[in-house]
Amino acid sequence: MSNLKDFFGKKVKVINLGIPSFADDLKRQNVEVIHTDWRPPAGGNKKIQALLDKVENWQNKVKAAKGAK
Amino acid sequence: MVVSHLVKKQTYFDSVTLMLIGSQVKKLDGIENAVVGMCTDYNIDSLKRLDMYQPDFDSLTPNDLIIAIKGSDEKTAKAAIAEVETRLTSKKKTSESAQLVPTNQEAAAKQLTDANMVLISVPGEYAAREARLALNAGRHAMLFSDNVSIEEELELKTLGVEKGLLVMGPDCGTAIINGVPLAFSNAVRAGNIGLVAASGTGLQEVTSTIHRLGCGITQAIGVGGRDLSEKIGGKMTIMATKALIEDPETKVIVLVSKPPAESVLTKLMSEIKNANKPVVIYFIGADPKVIEAQGFTAARNLEDAAVQACKLSTGKSYVPEFSDTKIDEMAQKVKMTTGNVRGLYSGGTLCDEAQRLLQGSLTEIYSNTPVKGCKTMSDVYKSEGNCIIDLGDDVFTRGKAHPMIDPDNRAQRIVQEISDKSVNMILFDVVLGYGSHPDMAGEMVEAINKGRKASGNKPVMAACICGTQDDMQGYSNQIAKLEEAGIMVFPTNVAMVKFAQKCLERK
Repeated sequence: MSNLKDFFGKKVKVINLGIPSFADDLKRQNVEVIHTDWRPPAGGNKKIQALLDKVENWQNKVKAAKGAK
Repeated sequence: MVVSHLVKKQTYFDSVTLMLIGSQVKKLDGIENAVVGMCTDYNIDSLKRLDMYQPDFDSLTPNDLIIAIKGSDEKTAKAAIAEVETRLTSKKKTSESAQLVPTNQEAAAKQLTDANMVLISVPGEYAAREARLALNAGRHAMLFSDNVSIEEELELKTLGVEKGLLVMGPDCGTAIINGVPLAFSNAVRAGNIGLVAASGTGLQEVTSTIHRLGCGITQAIGVGGRDLSEKIGGKMTIMATKALIEDPETKVIVLVSKPPAESVLTKLMSEIKNANKPVVIYFIGADPKVIEAQGFTAARNLEDAAVQACKLSTGKSYVPEFSDTKIDEMAQKVKMTTGNVRGLYSGGTLCDEAQRLLQGSLTEIYSNTPVKGCKTMSDVYKSEGNCIIDLGDDVFTRGKAHPMIDPDNRAQRIVQEISDKSVNMILFDVVLGYGSHPDMAGEMVEAINKGRKASGNKPVMAACICGTQDDMQGYSNQIAKLEEAGIMVFPTNVAMVKFAQKCLERK
């Protein structure tokens, strides 16, 4: 576990998902930001999205287990 | 009236952009209604309710864009559709740079590999998933999105605490982290006051006042309105406050929230009781004695929280920007008649604060978000008696952008309230800063002049400006616009409400 205190004072670098003007405001202040042309995952099909999330979770667990060895 | 429509498959825009365009197109001559939105369940319901649904919409997905216009004739409606398309094209052009724009968080992280914060304002049903992805990748998350379940909030905040990562929100509108204002925040100078707040406009009001008083902040951490509930247990408030206690740059801590659940209050107090620095607490509407008994400084309102924090951070004396004498003098200048008071707020916490303060001066107050002692409006769209209304509440923002972004709803409501002969005073807020409308004062003045001209009525108008001299809208310029239109202008909500109280005493 990291400590939130250690994050204080660090440069904030932002991924913006959603309202584009939030990214524009950050750019104007020279904050490093990347705006995404976000759209609902799996074409908005929630069943497919849930399945993809399951696969991804499983992949992450496999990766973590391999890393632990 | 005819309904014309256009479907653009696999074309996604965020809801705020679409709602603003819809709102602008609705103002065109001959247009009765405009729905510009993604094919979500809510938009489909709206189209059916407005009798604008078309069979073409049956097979669409949330990634498909619908433009539906109800106009006086087909030519007018089609011209409005063309106008929507033009505005959408210009939005796409301005938001796209030469670099390939990623379409999801993972792709974005490949371009900004050391990103450490994810600002999430996607529809609520997808927001928790994005926050989970952020936390698992070691990034802090700010959830501007609402409509995230409390169960999901608990899961995310448990994960955040485990990883030492911020989960600000859901429904968190304001944060300033390491000097970077996120979403709806003001340009506030750096200093030594650290804040944690479960209220967006509350945080904006306190940080802006701290700036105008000449002091500054280390962090302004938003936690979302439910953080101090029994279920969430103050997870983020406690983690953020403990971090500020350990932070050598922070000399004073300010906590702002609705009163916490009792068990959470006990836990919070025991966690911060050994803080080696002053803590100013404003639990809105709570008994200050409970706070003082624990050895902390209790603030009486948002303005007082800023004043107390500045005093403690410098050891110097600070007073509110407008003294009681000045407010009294301003009240003496206006001509009061018998009638009702109406408050038209874009900031929820400012609306709550006005209701609490005005209860001593008005016998009955109605609101769409009543605090203890106030009554619920029977029809939120039609005021009766004294009404203090939060126009940023969900009931007014379904399918419509927040009134800090889109002034349209509030402008219409101002015209409506001015035309009501029973009204003798109207109070409203103008919230400046990042995320907010570029000229809210100008928009309000236009609506006020329209209302005055149409009805011949001239109720007393008072506004408070939440912002700093460094905000992009131009603080002095916004004040000047309001004052030129004969509106009494105050630096804080508390000062404006005190003015209203003085006027009511003279009635």
